[in-house]
Amino acid sequence: MVDYKVKFEIFEGPLDLLLYLVKKEEVDIYEVNLTKIAGEFIAYVDLMRELDLDLAGEFLVMAATLVYIKSRELLPTDLQSTVEGEEDELDPRWELIRRLVEYKKYKDAASRLQLRESEQENIFPRQPGKPVFEAPAEPQRLDVSLFDLIEAVNAILKRVQSKQVTEIYDDRWTVTEKIVSILKSIAEKETLRFGDLFEGAISRNEVIATFLALLELIRMRRIATAQSESFGEIEITRGEEFAQAASADLTAPATIADATTLAN
Amino acid sequence: MELKHILEAVLFSAQKPMSASELQDILKAAAAQTESHEPKAFAEVKAKPITEALEILAAEHEQAARSYRLVCVAGAWQFVTQPEFGPWLKAMVGHRLRPTRLSKPALETLAIIAYRQPLTRSEIEEIRGVAVDGVMQTLLERELIEQSGRADVVGRPALYGTTTRFLEYFGLRAIVDLPDAEELRRLPVTKPATPPTAEPAPIPNDSIAP
Repeated sequence: MVDYKVKFEIFEGPLDLLLYLVKKEEVDIYEVNLTKIAGEFIAYVDLMRELDLDLAGEFLVMAATLVYIKSRELLPTDLQSTVEGEEDELDPRWELIRRLVEYKKYKDAASRLQLRESEQENIFPRQPGKPVFEAPAEPQRLDVSLFDLIEAVNAILKRVQSKQVTEIYDDRWTVTEKIVSILKSIAEKETLRFGDLFEGAISRNEVIATFLALLELIRMRRIATAQSESFGEIEITRGEEFAQAASADLTAPATIADATTLAN
Repeated sequence: MELKHILEAVLFSAQKPMSASELQDILKAAAAQTESHEPKAFAEVKAKPITEALEILAAEHEQAARSYRLVCVAGAWQFVTQPEFGPWLKAMVGHRLRPTRLSKPALETLAIIAYRQPLTRSEIEEIRGVAVDGVMQTLLERELIEQSGRADVVGRPALYGTTTRFLEYFGLRAIVDLPDAEELRRLPVTKPATPPTAEPAPIPNDSIAP
């Protein structure tokens, strides 16, 4: 018959066997009768060898330690030998108990991990499918002609004219100022509607100043205009040269006077 | 609108668990992509208030005793179902590939490493009282532990620690979230006044039941 050895797996190591024996005694680890446990441990080791179980060498080391503890106990306290340099802290009994307690804690921690392990098998994460959207069609960008712009400003002028102007305003709007103000708006928002530029305009001259500022900025390519359909709303966006030095803003000292002339 | 509800909506439809810093990026991106006022108000929220809001949210979900909860695993937040609904979800998902359960020796070794990391192989063996070679190999292969450095002692033996995979496998937020982490790390095993003898004197109270 082939030499067949059962791997002894119930007790993983000598500490497991010791804990098992302590548990059988139903006493606190700290109060355990080590002499008695030592006898039982050795009996188990003998039994395991008899059953031809493959026994880890650590069991024999532990058996030897227990025999040593047991033999020490047999002597009266004053005759107990002290290994040279062995302090009280290294009392073999205490050392063994300390190891057992420490091991027991990790064994308990391991069973808590095991609980978590099996719990995890029953936990399912929410896994939404990746939302699939059709990429939005690129907005159509139609070129805006000068006539489109004039058409648009004309509509605004009509609106301003129809308002009853009850106060007389100075012609205090300059194209330069309007250039600065448009650039400021476009820096805050990336896109403006044509109509936004004239919001709050109170006079024809103001509208014209703004419009001329717009034309100037388009010429300088600091802003760009587009519309999504023919005769649609004109959108104003940043142009290729938008990020020019701020000082350049003031290089067009056009005044409302020129503006009026041009408009007429 | 409250921060926690924004985070809830994001996590609800997120494709993967998200960390506080990923959520922070989303808040920032949302503010940059829109003109409306509300997203702008949350543009600069830092990771710490995000984590706090998520913890409140998780507690609210816990309180509401729903069939799902908000958890943080390895630092990333996600919605998961409660374990008691496992049977139905298993039926829906079908057989889920999950690695075989860990053996008892493997779990013990893993527990020692988790609580005491970083530590050397011989320190583990000292606690377990047996050789751990085979078990260590398994744990390394399953990427639950890794070599995290070398001990500054003679021979410079390898030090081992747990991985992110470990946290995910056990559904843990972080190593400090292990139960009794502090106690087990420091091991306050105090020496009794009288060492145990053949006829031990009873030691009161603070003893550990076997």
